[in-house]
Amino acid sequence: MKTSKFRNMSTVDKIFVFLVYFILSLILVIVLYPLLYVVAASFSDPQAVIRGEVFIFPVRPTLRGYEAVFQNKKILRGFANSFFYLFVGTAVNIFMTILCTYPLSRKEFKARNKISLYFVFTMYFSGGLMPTYVLVNKLHLIDTRWAIIIPMAMSTYNMIICRTFIVNNIPDELYEASQMDGCSPFRYLLSVILPLCKPILAVLMLYYGVARWNDYFNAMLFLNKEQLQPLTIVMKEILISGQVDMTKVSDASAAAKLQGMSDLLKYSTIVVGSLPVLMLYPFVQKYLVQGVMIGAVKG
Amino acid sequence: MKKNSTTVPAVKPNKIKNSNWQFWAIIALPMIYAFVFAYIPMGGIIIAFKDYSIRRGILGSKWVGLKYFKQFLTSTSSVTVIKNTIILGIYSFIASFPVPILLALGINEVKNRFFKKTVQMVTYAPYFISVVVMVGMMRQLMDPRTGIINVLIQKLGGDPVNFFGDASIFRSLYVWSGVWQTMGYSSIIYVAALSGVSLELQEAAIVDGATRLKRILHVDIPAIMPTIVIMLIFGCSNIVSIGMDKIFLMQNDLNASVSEVISTFVYKIGVVNANFGFSTAAGLFQSLVAFILLVAVNKIAKKVTETSLW
Repeated sequence: MKTSKFRNMSTVDKIFVFLVYFILSLILVIVLYPLLYVVAASFSDPQAVIRGEVFIFPVRPTLRGYEAVFQNKKILRGFANSFFYLFVGTAVNIFMTILCTYPLSRKEFKARNKISLYFVFTMYFSGGLMPTYVLVNKLHLIDTRWAIIIPMAMSTYNMIICRTFIVNNIPDELYEASQMDGCSPFRYLLSVILPLCKPILAVLMLYYGVARWNDYFNAMLFLNKEQLQPLTIVMKEILISGQVDMTKVSDASAAAKLQGMSDLLKYSTIVVGSLPVLMLYPFVQKYLVQGVMIGAVKG
Repeated sequence: MKKNSTTVPAVKPNKIKNSNWQFWAIIALPMIYAFVFAYIPMGGIIIAFKDYSIRRGILGSKWVGLKYFKQFLTSTSSVTVIKNTIILGIYSFIASFPVPILLALGINEVKNRFFKKTVQMVTYAPYFISVVVMVGMMRQLMDPRTGIINVLIQKLGGDPVNFFGDASIFRSLYVWSGVWQTMGYSSIIYVAALSGVSLELQEAAIVDGATRLKRILHVDIPAIMPTIVIMLIFGCSNIVSIGMDKIFLMQNDLNASVSEVISTFVYKIGVVNANFGFSTAAGLFQSLVAFILLVAVNKIAKKVTETSLW
């Protein structure tokens, strides 16, 4: 019934199915083309890019853009910093989320409803930008790496996703059985909960990791020192504030050359900056759907 | 064995009582974190009612009552900012709400597994691109001279468009680039809801001679209505809470007349001009309106559709 063949359909349905495929193909092109173009441009001859000769394949392929990226000290330092914030930040996120989730998922923990409310409340109300800034300033965290790590140590939304998973997927009997064997709540967390939580940990790492890697706003707010800034800030300078100063170049061909190189550097930077996340993406895609579903169950 | 099991009930209550302190010990750190980084800033909202100076601190600064709120609601520049926020929010909501639903309905109709997986994988991907890269990409591709979009427009005989320098294009640029980036990810929830539509209903509709379009209208859409309503509630309440991440990067002098929204205003007044009280008042106004909207829309949804958040 479900796999009704195309030729068995009525004419109306045939037109309809054709339209669906056509529109989806169009969407596919609209989403994919800009991405492919950026990759093609990053490998192309700079002059071909600014003259608009590149459409989908690299023209006169060259690696000069990537050479420029990897010779740029700022970008390399940004990369190193971003990796630091990614690994340490996500580790702190996961650690805090587990610590928070586990007691709230145990019905033996008497205060759990009140404490849940204590956390959920922070999802709907916050102090806003300035009070947070004043606080981080008062704690002397400005211009330290901790300003990026600590204020975002946990997301309540992710904590709720994690709790929903534990409550729905880890049977209560396990806890009772472990209690009879004299297992303490600490021990239960380490020996039972953590090993059974692997799928949800993958989802959380994805959510936290992407947020860490892509964050620029907190870095802009809390970090002024150049040597602490993550890649996103460096990219912001190159891609958005960065303008090639044309006034100093009198010769027209030299100006074109400079413009071309600057464009090439931008395209290569875009590719390099998105690569870590997009490389992981095919592996975590199935967890992505899971995460959205668990989050949705809670509403 | 038997002896052992009889002793358990005696031990168990004791154990459970003892284990509560362990739960407290485990959750202590997250609770301290939430207190310091969520509840203390909430207390810091009183900055909005004070003439705050860093030297005197929050408690030492003078009370000014509702001065900043009056200032925010009456000055011409902030009226523009509020107007921009609402227009952009409504436009964004109207454009980005139906697209994921239509995409999901389309994906659900596709029976070819490979094509289906490809569409899903490709449309989800842009969600993971950072805003910095997103806006950087837009600037490159839409460059008036060298950007591929303008090259294509010129090839088709049109005049190049200065996308980032034209205030009248800004809103569409912001909204539709957002649709491009998030439609796939936002469709996941509907695709999942559609996979739960009962096969019996579908088959009954087929027996009754319903066309595919009719089945979508009368079986699929009613089945995912609760999900749609929930997303509608969230969407409506987000109309005033446009974050500044993306808009800040897209802003320049040429489009400032339409691109200045409450969140960017809060940032500029607070961080750049160091007018802490005024900035906090503007931010507080925004979150209050967002919360009132959330409660109101939730109430309406409850009355009309019997689906609600709480």
